Amino acid sequence: MSDLSQTPAHPTASHSSLLTQSERTKRRNAAEKRFKAYGATAIALGLAMLLVLVTTIVSRGSGAFQQTFITLNVELLESKLDKNGERNIEDIKRVTTFGYAPLVKTAMQTTVEGLGIETSLKAKQMAGLLSKNAVAQLRAYVLENPHQIGETVEFRFLAQSRVDGYLKGRVSRDSIANDKNISAAQLDLVDTLIEAGVVEKTFNLGFILGADASDQRPEAAGIGVSMLGSLFMMLVVLALALPIGVAASIYLEEFAPKNWITDIIEVNISNLAAVPSIVFGILGLAVFINYMHLPTSAPLVGGLVLTLMTLPTIIISTRAALKAVPPSIRDAALGVGASKMQSVFHHVLPLAAPGILTGTIIGLAQALGETAPLLLIGMVGFIASNAPETIAEGLLSPNSAMPAQIYEWAKRADPAFYERAWGGIIILLVFLVTMNTVAVLLRRRFERRW
Amino acid sequence: MSFVKLTASALTLAAVSATAAIARDQVQVAGSSTVLPYASIVAEAFGENFDFPTPVVESGGSSAGLKRFCEGVGEHTIDVANASRAIKEKEIKACAENGVTDIIEVRIGYDGIVFASDINGNGFEYTPTDWFLALSDKILMDGKMVANPHKTWADVNPAFPAQALQAFIPGTKHGTREVFEDKVILAGCEATGAFDVLLATAEGDSDKARHKAAEKACIALRTDGVSVDIDGDYTETLARIESNKDGIGVFGLAFYENNTDKLQVATMSGVVPSTESIATGEYPVSRPLYFYVKQAHIGVIPGLKEYAEFFVADEVAGPDGPLSEYGLVADPELVETQDAVAAEATMGGNS
Repeated sequence: MSDLSQTPAHPTASHSSLLTQSERTKRRNAAEKRFKAYGATAIALGLAMLLVLVTTIVSRGSGAFQQTFITLNVELLESKLDKNGERNIEDIKRVTTFGYAPLVKTAMQTTVEGLGIETSLKAKQMAGLLSKNAVAQLRAYVLENPHQIGETVEFRFLAQSRVDGYLKGRVSRDSIANDKNISAAQLDLVDTLIEAGVVEKTFNLGFILGADASDQRPEAAGIGVSMLGSLFMMLVVLALALPIGVAASIYLEEFAPKNWITDIIEVNISNLAAVPSIVFGILGLAVFINYMHLPTSAPLVGGLVLTLMTLPTIIISTRAALKAVPPSIRDAALGVGASKMQSVFHHVLPLAAPGILTGTIIGLAQALGETAPLLLIGMVGFIASNAPETIAEGLLSPNSAMPAQIYEWAKRADPAFYERAWGGIIILLVFLVTMNTVAVLLRRRFERRW
Repeated sequence: MSFVKLTASALTLAAVSATAAIARDQVQVAGSSTVLPYASIVAEAFGENFDFPTPVVESGGSSAGLKRFCEGVGEHTIDVANASRAIKEKEIKACAENGVTDIIEVRIGYDGIVFASDINGNGFEYTPTDWFLALSDKILMDGKMVANPHKTWADVNPAFPAQALQAFIPGTKHGTREVFEDKVILAGCEATGAFDVLLATAEGDSDKARHKAAEKACIALRTDGVSVDIDGDYTETLARIESNKDGIGVFGLAFYENNTDKLQVATMSGVVPSTESIATGEYPVSRPLYFYVKQAHIGVIPGLKEYAEFFVADEVAGPDGPLSEYGLVADPELVETQDAVAAEATMGGNS
């Protein structure tokens, strides 16, 4: 070892010092620094995109949660609503919503005159500030309270979408120059009515709880009923995909012999997970609707289709969770005399449960945001049903789903629907973020490492 | 094992609900996206005023709707097809093959097709000839049919500004496309004399076949990206115009009237499109809108006949009704339509 100092094996090593960096080290360090910078830039870019996305969504969608209302006292004229005066519900039902229009018109006129507002507008134009939904609201109220015919009742009607847009800054006097739905004189009246406190913008519960509305009354459209549609679909997915998926993976992982048949099944499950969702929609149309004659537009069918879509996700994550349970647990259980089934259900499955749950929630979140397969089974369209009253009705009566409703709104002509589409996105995102957070929390809380 | 039980109960639940699903109690409608807003307005009012559930209205285009309509008779098929054009012989035949024989045709009114561009761009005053010269695959030049060389609107018509040619027209699955071809491109083809040249060189056994071949050659549009087919809805066309300010889009009148803050409308042959000018027939590019009802479903699906009658009732489809407020041009012969619906008169008059 004495000759080491005289003739070094590595001549460069003798010149290197811990204090000064060699050319090579410098280069390597620089490369590392560059790589770190790339990574940081990528993340910064991603975050910036996310920020842009979230701010766009919130700024465009938050308006949907507020709505303009007009408060009016409406005299429920007996001469219009119940000519016989017998309060027979069948007689009252015979008056359609068109028969209620004069009442609203008169109420608007009396309110404006009562406030002493000078305006050149005719009664019909004044009533034009109200939503077309007002007559429907009035008729529904009268049918529920027929004894109040003849009295004067205070109502909070929705304002039409242009008036609402004016209060939200979406509509201005310039933008309505060619608009036949509203005139500058009507906006002047709105200004005075705001001062009088008749017109006001408040929180809009109707958007969160309500049903879809037609193209003429975007102000009345809500996402509530389609939210229920999504909920029922998720129930179906949960009730079918979770047990089937877990049972399939337990069998494949713990019981099935390892041979070419199980290999093929395994490969195909992975393939299924990658199949575009629209394919499942076509399958659902062919099998569930055309062959099994299940009702179209029903959340049951939607749920079945989404079950097919979610199954591979659940099976893959369940198998991963089962695999993660160490064999020693199984061996110990078998060693003390448990049967194979007992060892799986008493020991392996409980330990794999957090992983299974996480996989299921992520699968559900994926299914919740899915629109394409619903397109083919009739769940995208104008579906303005009332909120279902029973579970069977919820599963079978036509309904939409949240993403389908958003897509539908984004297609419509009136710009007010656009705002609601963004509002719907906010609600959908809240659901998705909540579900994913729950999944992460569950994993953190219960996951065991060996 | 709880999982086994859960699976069993879930499957039972699915089976039970499947058997309970035999009776459908709401009307199912599908078809033209132009008719969709009108149908949804009617469906909404129908649900409010009757004890029947609100009908479900899907869109997808006239052809797609009629195809589903002709799939057969039964509760799993739709009851009503909306269309922005009349049903074709071919479709009636396809219907009959699947057992859909008695079809009630209901004309609800007229709709205008307008040409609109970005509100801050140039305004245009078109004639069908301009559109033919702008979009046709081959145009007549010095007595010969040559590939369309035009690049800007100024090339088409010296009176126009030198704005790049870019048109967003409805895709072939839309009924609007046919009206556009018939009333604009074909009219322009005939006006420029290209039709006669094409007719002279057209091949065919009979006069009729030659005529058809010439018409087909007329409506062939250029495929170099100047004319873009939009398969989605008018919102997509609007989005394209917003991103490409040179673009001219083809819209329904009702859609334009809801977006007057973003779009400016062009005149056609000197007439400004409006419900009035369409009603009088001055504005040339308009077409009737229809819906088709399966007679076999009347009495089976509750509320189907009531829906059809309500749709064409005076207070709905009449000149003061909500539909014309939204942009539909009321049909002057509405009374006859009402009678036909009440009598369930099917096409071919076999009722």
